[in-house]
Amino acid sequence: MSERIGEALARAKADDRVALIGYLTAGFPEPDATVELAKALVAGGADMLELGLPFSDPLADGVTMQRSNLKALEQGMTVARSPELIRELRAAGVVIPLIVMTYYNPILAYGQDGFVQDIAAAGADGLIAVDVPPEESEALSGRCREASMAFVPLLAPTSTDERIALASRQASGFIYCVSVAGVTGVRRALSSDLGEYLNRVRRQTDLPLAVGFGISRREHIEALHGKADAVIVASAIVDLIEATPREEREEVVRGFVEVLTGRGKV
Amino acid sequence: MSNDAPVLPDERGRFGEFGGRFVPETLMTAIGELERAFAEAQADPAFRDELDALLRDFVGRPTPLYFAENLSKRLAGEDANGEPRVRIYLKREDLAHTGAHKINNAVGQGLLARRLGKRRIIAETGAGQHGVAAATVCAMLGQECIVYMGAEDVRRQALNVFRMKLLGAEVRVVDSGSRTLKDAINEAIRDWVTNVETTHYLLGSAVGPHPYPLMVREFQSVIGGEAREQLLGVEGRLPDYAVACVGGGSNAIGLFHPFYMDESVHFIGVEAGGEGLDTPRHAAPLSAGRPGVLHGAYSFLMQDEGGQIEETHSISAGLDYPGVGPEHSFYKESGRATYATATDDEALTAFRLLSETEGIIPALEPAHALAHIVKLVRDVADGTVIVVGLSGRGDKDMEATAKALGVKLT
Ligand SMILES: Cc1ncc(COP(=O)(O)O)c(C=O)c1O
Repeated sequence: MSERIGEALARAKADDRVALIGYLTAGFPEPDATVELAKALVAGGADMLELGLPFSDPLADGVTMQRSNLKALEQGMTVARSPELIRELRAAGVVIPLIVMTYYNPILAYGQDGFVQDIAAAGADGLIAVDVPPEESEALSGRCREASMAFVPLLAPTSTDERIALASRQASGFIYCVSVAGVTGVRRALSSDLGEYLNRVRRQTDLPLAVGFGISRREHIEALHGKADAVIVASAIVDLIEATPREEREEVVRGFVEVLTGRGKV
Repeated sequence: MSNDAPVLPDERGRFGEFGGRFVPETLMTAIGELERAFAEAQADPAFRDELDALLRDFVGRPTPLYFAENLSKRLAGEDANGEPRVRIYLKREDLAHTGAHKINNAVGQGLLARRLGKRRIIAETGAGQHGVAAATVCAMLGQECIVYMGAEDVRRQALNVFRMKLLGAEVRVVDSGSRTLKDAINEAIRDWVTNVETTHYLLGSAVGPHPYPLMVREFQSVIGGEAREQLLGVEGRLPDYAVACVGGGSNAIGLFHPFYMDESVHFIGVEAGGEGLDTPRHAAPLSAGRPGVLHGAYSFLMQDEGGQIEETHSISAGLDYPGVGPEHSFYKESGRATYATATDDEALTAFRLLSETEGIIPALEPAHALAHIVKLVRDVADGTVIVVGLSGRGDKDMEATAKALGVKLT
């Protein structure tokens, strides 16, 4: 249900905040870890959940997410299990918008039609397919439209105006603006050209803009105030989950998200 | 080629349903630029002239087409006049500079990178042959060269690692995944995503997003183009079979493509059967896989039920890859080519056979093509003419084969 995304972004806007999208790799670090971790993100103030379905060859990802993808697969997570996991999340009271993120091959193996229908029926609100650029996404974005799910394309600093327009025409929900030319992973500072690039995208579309890749600190988010509608924090959360003993994990993740959202202190 | 040749790939980079460009958005602009630069270069006589001159003077082309009379007689016997029943010709890419066909594509892309104004070159390598070819061309053209190579392949192909370093390249060892060619490509793509403004990715096989399968095919078609002319010269006719090993598929497509419109020429691609197709330890996506998306293209793949890429095995590092070029998938589906497999053991036997009968030590990759010839000749008519792509020489495989044959070196 893509409207939920618009509502969540509108609420953040009304509060004069940049919305926070928190990422989890499904089934990482244990098969049953995801529901409690998602609840911790919500408790910390995350506005949306991005749920990554693992792929063996995540070529847009840095070392952190490569490890989380591999570990989730080793622990038995499959794309076939994802509708069930989404249902569990919904049943556990995670009501924030949920965006599924994965690579194309697992979707194709499941069957594009069935995949979109099944995750939509389970309660997903949107889909991001990292290696499906606008030229190749007609089938997938069309199916998302039929299922009332948002299809969220990615843009990069290297995207030309022409490509920004192309992606905007297929997009719904929001546009994922990759902050730098690079793979996922924590970075200290935002790229200095980020503002100019976001302006360029803004001129071409009225859709909300979410910035991701490298975002890991409260100051990054503050710096994006007025420039972006949302941020996506992924590797920083995964790093934290990896580094924290199991019993303390949810507490630590909640605390980190509170810092990111400005609810809590460092 | 005749005018009725289908114009493939189409403008979306599709060979039928196969191919396309499935990459992160960050790369799309650069891939578009590459496509335009390649099209312009192809239409530019000055580019062609420079490439042809380098292929002649630097690479040593044309490579010979050698009539393997001893092998022909050994495999198929003689007729009443003492002539071999079947005539097998070897297209000697092993005699090209650096010892394999990979140099044809490396020279072409190196020149193209210069045209694009990109001085930093990255490449992946499995057997090390493409890495050596890339490093060689970069040394000649004054380009920086970084080669990604899986840790397992670094072990199997230590000699080539040393060669690359001698040529001034930096070799980055890849420790992720199965630590072979697939993972080296993942890592090269990650580098490219990060450094796309300054860097050209010199991909070594007919795989990847459009325009790579087209571009690599065009640079490798010199193999089939020469072979066709040479055969018409010595035999006065076209071959009945063109046979080549298929890893990513570049030497095979380079041999086949110029014969595409010659319908009487049967194409046979030979994949790595590893320990057998009845085991999981092989690298034969066309023979035992399903279509899917890996490394930017829709093509046959070795994958599990859930779409996760499976680990592969082959005694030959150059064939140890779970994917294959999209044009081969198209050839398979359209029936233009057939695809067979040869196991590790069969390839080793053929490796020794060619060494002993002809005094030519082949690389383990084309030994797979030769292994299939051993079976093929049993069923063909007298007078059959076969051309085999001898894609590389065996020096790099001395350690691996000695080990497999139970011989201890020093
Ligand atoms: C000698 C030789 N032949 C064949 C191959 C396989 O590649 P392709 O299928 O692209 O020709 C390699 C790869 O390293 C090689 O070194």
